[in-house]
Amino acid sequence: MTADEVDRIFHGLADATRRDIIAQVLRQEQSISALANRYDMSFAAVQKHVAVLERASLVTKQRRGREQLVRGNPDVLHRTARLLDAYEQIWRHRARGIEELLAEDRETRAEQ
Amino acid sequence: MTVTSIHKDVDALTLTFVAEFDAQVERVWQVWEDPRRLERWWGPPTWPATFERHDFTVGGSSLYFMTGPNGEKAYGWWRITAIDAPHRLEFDDGFADENGEPDTTMGSTHAVVTLEPAGTGTRMVTVSTFASSEQLEQLITMGMEEGMRQSMGQIDALLAEGEA
Repeated sequence: MTADEVDRIFHGLADATRRDIIAQVLRQEQSISALANRYDMSFAAVQKHVAVLERASLVTKQRRGREQLVRGNPDVLHRTARLLDAYEQIWRHRARGIEELLAEDRETRAEQ
Repeated sequence: MTVTSIHKDVDALTLTFVAEFDAQVERVWQVWEDPRRLERWWGPPTWPATFERHDFTVGGSSLYFMTGPNGEKAYGWWRITAIDAPHRLEFDDGFADENGEPDTTMGSTHAVVTLEPAGTGTRMVTVSTFASSEQLEQLITMGMEEGMRQSMGQIDALLAEGEA
């Protein structure tokens, strides 16, 4: 994953409506008009959110007749989750390291 | 030690990590202040750290390197921006070249550490803010091996919701 891709993904996930759209279209592909009915915003606004998600490859769009169907892309979400989880692991290891060090300190003091 | 909470803000590229230790605040402060202690836990498991300089004063800087599994060295620096011993520490953390000169092409992480008494022990809160996703990726590359083995976080819940 390149830095640009990561930026687009973070940007895509940063909005509550967009996260909800992802959840919806992972469950079942939906037309933009069906999505627009769910939210208290214009068709054009929903279309813009979908465009942001599409640029981040979080969803794919396919034209069928007069409708545009949106479908979720779970693969990209998994990769993003790994990036965030990996950094969390660094801190978990650090916390474990601190704990071991503090336990050693206690033993040293107890011996003295 | 208990990890009490983790919060990831994907918008602001921030990770908040809360842990409690069975030791007094002054003891936990020492693991940050003393370079010999700091290097025992700072680097990811496969990249242990060595601090060549650790000027623990406001405006002071540190220089360290992490040694990778194949003996390669990755240099890093700190610039300390705030100290209120033994409760608060703030610093910028970035990468450096092989001579220890700060690499300005990479972003730096800002870290805010707070220590406060919790029961008989100490609660430590660290907030890491990334300037760019490039830098986050670089950091992760060094801790990846462990990280990749772990399960999914909040986005997994989103996926589960989507599949429900």
